[in-house]
Amino acid sequence: MGQITLQDVQKSFGPVHIIKGADLEIADGSFVVFVGPSGCGKTTLLRLIAGLEDVSGGKILIDGKNVVDTPPAKRGLSMVFQSYALYPHMSVRGNIGFGLKMAGLSKDETNRKVEAAAATLNLTPYLDRKPRELSGGQRQRVAIGRAIVREPKAFLFDEPLSNLDAALRVQMRIEVTRLQKQLGTTAVYVTHDQVEAMTMADKIVVLNGGKIEQYGSPLELYERPANLFVAGFIGSPKMNLVTGEPAKQQGATTIGVRPEHLKIERDGGGGWQGTIAVAEHLGSDTFLYVDAGPLGMLTARYIGELSLHAGDHVSLAPDPARIHRFDASGNALRN
Amino acid sequence: MARKSTTRRVVISTIGAWFFGFLIFFPILWMVLASFKTELEAFAIPPSFLFFHWTTENYATVQERSDYFHHALNSIIIAGGSTLIAVLIAIPAAWSMAFSPTKRTKDILLWMLSTKMMPPVGVLVPIYLIFKTFGLLDSRAGLIFILCLGNLPIVIWMLFTYFKEIPRDILEAARMDGATIGRELIYVLTPMAIPGLASTMLLNLILAWNEAFWTLNLSTSNAAPLTVFIASYSSPEGLFWAKLSAASTLAIAPIIILGWFSQKQLVRGLTFGAVK
Repeated sequence: MGQITLQDVQKSFGPVHIIKGADLEIADGSFVVFVGPSGCGKTTLLRLIAGLEDVSGGKILIDGKNVVDTPPAKRGLSMVFQSYALYPHMSVRGNIGFGLKMAGLSKDETNRKVEAAAATLNLTPYLDRKPRELSGGQRQRVAIGRAIVREPKAFLFDEPLSNLDAALRVQMRIEVTRLQKQLGTTAVYVTHDQVEAMTMADKIVVLNGGKIEQYGSPLELYERPANLFVAGFIGSPKMNLVTGEPAKQQGATTIGVRPEHLKIERDGGGGWQGTIAVAEHLGSDTFLYVDAGPLGMLTARYIGELSLHAGDHVSLAPDPARIHRFDASGNALRN
Repeated sequence: MARKSTTRRVVISTIGAWFFGFLIFFPILWMVLASFKTELEAFAIPPSFLFFHWTTENYATVQERSDYFHHALNSIIIAGGSTLIAVLIAIPAAWSMAFSPTKRTKDILLWMLSTKMMPPVGVLVPIYLIFKTFGLLDSRAGLIFILCLGNLPIVIWMLFTYFKEIPRDILEAARMDGATIGRELIYVLTPMAIPGLASTMLLNLILAWNEAFWTLNLSTSNAAPLTVFIASYSSPEGLFWAKLSAASTLAIAPIIILGWFSQKQLVRGLTFGAVK
């Protein structure tokens, strides 16, 4: 079991409020990603759950039991750090088995479990090496091995892939997701990379300035962002946000249209007129950055190749069913 | 622009390094040479460098007149004991200051260091009286105690800088892995700090071995270490250079040998943290 509940969790460092009252329900076995810009408090929130920081207020329940006064070791959670934080003086075997040794397991039992974890992560040939003799990806695997071997109630990941190169990151992303599904253990994962969040999560928590902006499944966040912040943060390239006359026509202060929901027509068509400033041809997609005069810069995405170039005049027609409307305070207006 | 490492530059810097190395080592070499001369040759002008009548007579006399091994044993016990106790006290102190610093941590560190700025003679009388009252004069325990206190600030400072270099994440990982503070210290922090710990102990051992002010003032015979042994050769009867040199050579030999074999550790320890 690994159900985690946050009730009005707060954290201040001196006069600075980092977490301003977070309420959250993380279901057993789910993969939840905390995402947000740097300084939004996502790592702090994870460290509060881990017990590496003390809460300033509120409750953290793990399987219904309040753990705010429980030391990290007794919470039954395991953590993978951004820097991997392997013990440099211990072999891979020693690193993975350290938690079991602390728990007082017998040598045989420890070895058996360490070898099983190593086999899952393809680390068996490296069991007797020191961390400094491993590559970045292998170190990352050791850190994950150390987390899974203890069979915790939940895994906590603190930006674990940010030190890897792009190709390895994609590969590890898939491996971590598969491993989590296979073990069925609750996972809380912190990242600033919204692609990681969208691809890995069952549910995403978008944080901004110490507040939870929205909590929902990736597609829910993409299709129904609760406010301007989430609308701008989720999705790549960013959603186009337009104010003024076009918004007023829709009965809103701001309207948002995703780049893939703008229909691109050559000059003379309906919709918003503009001139292409930059055209990016990726083969699979074409991205157009269009200077639309009073509406500002708009981004449009076309699936496939579109032979338009910088300087060409185009008109962009938003898909009426896919227009997001926001009020003056930035909250979404629902029909 | 990167500097060119031409042969000429390498030759010049090598000669320079050997020259300064020799210059620094010369007094010790001179002392060792003098210990093999007769008393007359020892202060002859002009001095003879290598071509004199080599003799080991001084060593025989020194061994006859005083018990080298008694003093050497005292030195080992006092330097070793004070180092060990200082390190045992310093590890938890440095740990807490490095990993859970408060507003006052810096002040405490500076205050500790400031005690080293005071000339020891300033507190000689009160300490002498305290030692007298508690019957610690001329006792090994007393010297261990005073040398330990004297070097504690340096030991804490050194360990503090080593501990500071250890990533916090690793200690937090140990905490997540279920280690208590004690186990975290034993299984994670101490093994990682061993190079630093070794050089701190070595440096402290050398400082305690060579410490002359307190050992000369607070001991006479029973607990007297090698410093007292050397000093006994500068006597009212006059200075006997050759015998004094022989006694000094004997006194510093153990620590020079120790230093020689652990020079790598020592250099690494003293420059640790200087280069990221």
